Amino acid sequence: MRIEARPTPSPTMRYLSPLLALGLTLITGAAIFSALGKAPLASLHAFFIEPVSTVYGLSELFVKVTPLLLCATGLTLCFRAKVWNIGAEGQFVFGALIAGAVSLQLADHQGFWVLPVVIASGVLAGMAWAGIAALLLTRFRAHEILTTIMLNYIAIQLLLWSVHGPLKSPSGYNFPESELFSPQTLLPTLWGQYRVTIAIFIALLMLAVVWTVLNRTLLGYQTRVMGENRQAARFAGFNGNRLIWVLLLFSGGMAGMAGVSEVNGPVGQLTTNLALGYGYTAIIIVFMGRMHPLGVLLASLLLGLTYLGGENAQMTLGLPKSITGVFQGLLLFFLLACDFLISHRIVLTPMRGHRPSNTSTREVTSS
Amino acid sequence: MGATASRRLELVGIAKAYPGCIANDRVEMTVKPGEIHALVGENGAGKSTLMKIIYGVVKPDAGQLIWNDRETLIEGPAHARRLGMGMVFQHFSLFQTLTVTENIALYLPRQEYGSLRRLRDRILSVGEAYGLDINPDRHVHTLSVGEQQRVEIVRCLLQEIQLLILDEPTAVLTPGEVTHLVKVLKQLASEGCSILFISHKLEEVRTLCDRATILRGGRVTGSCTPAETTSEQISRMMLGDDLHIEKSMGVGAPGDDSLSLEGVSVSPGGAFAIALHSIDLTLRAGEITGIAGVAGNGQDELVDLINGELAPDAGKLLLDGRDMTAEGVLARRRAGLATVHADRLGRGSIGAMSLTENRLLTAYVTDSDAHGFLHWRPLTERTRELIQNYQVKASGPDDTAASLSGGNLQKFIIGREIAQAPKVLVCFYPTWGVDVGSANRIHVELARLRDEGTAILILTEDLDELYLLCDRVGAICGGQLSPLKPGHEVSMETLGQWMAGTFSAPQTQGVQNAH
Repeated sequence: MRIEARPTPSPTMRYLSPLLALGLTLITGAAIFSALGKAPLASLHAFFIEPVSTVYGLSELFVKVTPLLLCATGLTLCFRAKVWNIGAEGQFVFGALIAGAVSLQLADHQGFWVLPVVIASGVLAGMAWAGIAALLLTRFRAHEILTTIMLNYIAIQLLLWSVHGPLKSPSGYNFPESELFSPQTLLPTLWGQYRVTIAIFIALLMLAVVWTVLNRTLLGYQTRVMGENRQAARFAGFNGNRLIWVLLLFSGGMAGMAGVSEVNGPVGQLTTNLALGYGYTAIIIVFMGRMHPLGVLLASLLLGLTYLGGENAQMTLGLPKSITGVFQGLLLFFLLACDFLISHRIVLTPMRGHRPSNTSTREVTSS
Repeated sequence: MGATASRRLELVGIAKAYPGCIANDRVEMTVKPGEIHALVGENGAGKSTLMKIIYGVVKPDAGQLIWNDRETLIEGPAHARRLGMGMVFQHFSLFQTLTVTENIALYLPRQEYGSLRRLRDRILSVGEAYGLDINPDRHVHTLSVGEQQRVEIVRCLLQEIQLLILDEPTAVLTPGEVTHLVKVLKQLASEGCSILFISHKLEEVRTLCDRATILRGGRVTGSCTPAETTSEQISRMMLGDDLHIEKSMGVGAPGDDSLSLEGVSVSPGGAFAIALHSIDLTLRAGEITGIAGVAGNGQDELVDLINGELAPDAGKLLLDGRDMTAEGVLARRRAGLATVHADRLGRGSIGAMSLTENRLLTAYVTDSDAHGFLHWRPLTERTRELIQNYQVKASGPDDTAASLSGGNLQKFIIGREIAQAPKVLVCFYPTWGVDVGSANRIHVELARLRDEGTAILILTEDLDELYLLCDRVGAICGGQLSPLKPGHEVSMETLGQWMAGTFSAPQTQGVQNAH
């Protein structure tokens, strides 16, 4: 058996790879459960099936999917151009922080304009946070992977400082939390006692917008060309810097919107543990979904489930919540490993009965 | 040198298939000791694959290789070297930042060269014996392409060599350097070393080689004694009978100045980039201007500069009388400039994208269906027309650029630019790696565009192409441009001297060129 490069990348493997990765994750997950002394199949059931076996459970899935999908939608466009914005987490947190601060300011104001102002402030804050990375990249060629990661930590520290300091609730027994937001600043829920808000529709709408931009506009075409071949884009006269600005601002705005959807949705106040890693999980979603809007939608459902599954495993199996991170990590690990099969293939070679004795088995590489 | 064998090398029924193409199909060939044997064929005829099989880089699917009368299985390049083979690849395998001696040491086993000092002495003595003088202490990046080739050849000669394989060795040389190489090869052959010489330049083959084997589509289509065969007969074996080659391209009727560079200078952008020194160049409507030169003498920089990717430090660029020195690629394209880059897949197209999308790469500037929203139906239709008009062999607009052969992709790219009716067209290596039929088709199209009043600039290494197409010719060397004169006033010898940097450049006295 040996591994060789394919003459052309396999389109089948491109779509099969995420499924293969999912299968391997389940198998490994079962092995981990049994190593921890839990019944593997029952545990997988508790992790992946039980959480969504009720209507309420399903609605909770969409509560998780909302911020994930919003972040992932922005990143899809960015990653297609190979602009590696790893900072959705920080843009999410900064968006949530500013939207939260505005919500607190507007606590006593009524009127139809309050919610749009809150949303706009969160979106603009996310854009501003990504804009710092865009400025550093276009002006000083500072690599976006490094700057966006560093900005994540800064944003989280800013949030911690705010809820320990200026935004701390006076009536909160000195807990690091803000006041609860007033109802008029919260995103309306869809129905009844469920926590899903209208932000899920914004996410779906923006996903459709991204699909249209990618496939039907010059901007989307230029984005794809940038991702495929930057030299060709430069040669053809595309304005690379402008494109970087547009893409980073867009994905920052989407992450900011995700922050709003969380803090002005199910959470309803600023707390120290807003950063649950949605911005990082969104990266896994985009790769898992093959940077295609439909794939991103499916992958966001799967990754949303890992959050619910982790919570459920905590309750029913008595496992730590970090099991969510373990599953996400396994998924990404296997996905990257399986993606190797897009460009390479495994060839089964029959045993050779007689080989000349002077033949070595060393593979020769072309120079 | 082991001249007891009656056959130095014999190939019997060598076959090699890659997915989607048969590179070699039952190839038979014999090379005698001391023979200079040419392997002739178009691009894609399977010459390079065959060389790699002989040198052990690629393993054949079937067939036998007989080395000095014994059937041999070549395990790899190291084994081939031990047997007495040496190969000079088209793209040199030298480390730019190491010296000549260090580069050669890396290629040889330690026990073979002993110490660097002894190796240095051997390099000098081999260089003396064959007239291949190189300074062993120089860093490779300071050497010209011709000198780098000498390093590769000396490297092969340090061992007991019985067969030297050269893959298109003259493609990168000036005419003077070619003459010198021919002398070296003849001396080697007279000492009993066989030489396998890959080329598609028939005149060269006829003057140098004792035997020639002709390949077409992976098969041997003939074998002859070149001196007794006409170029027409050889080219028929190369191309088949049905190919019609247009020999005359007419002459241009120069009109107004379309593009002028006035005293343009650029400092080098990287360690191995070339500076341009005070370039003056004027392109006139309805005229083809040609610039010869060995690769890496400033052609890349000149093309980037005209295209608008590289900003000059001094001087002016006028397009149709307008100063566009400070304008970028897009503004220049809007003003009627089009560029065909030598790097077809790296810059001129996107391999993984469809032909429709590849047409859009530059057509977005002029196509009204590509502003803001893309209207795929008319865009696809226009791509289909382009494919038809330029006889691009593709199954349709949805084919990816990477699936096209070099010649077909080049026809597509040139067609894409011509269809935008440019005022100025820059063609960097218009037919590099393109089969003869496609090259001829491209030449005809360029001549037609010239007759319609476009100013055309061609940068090429192919002097036949230069004299065939160009009204005015010149050369670039070390970032300096020679005078431009009508083609019939410049002899091949003069042009060769210009390519080597010997020309009076009044404004740039004292500027040393690197070669």
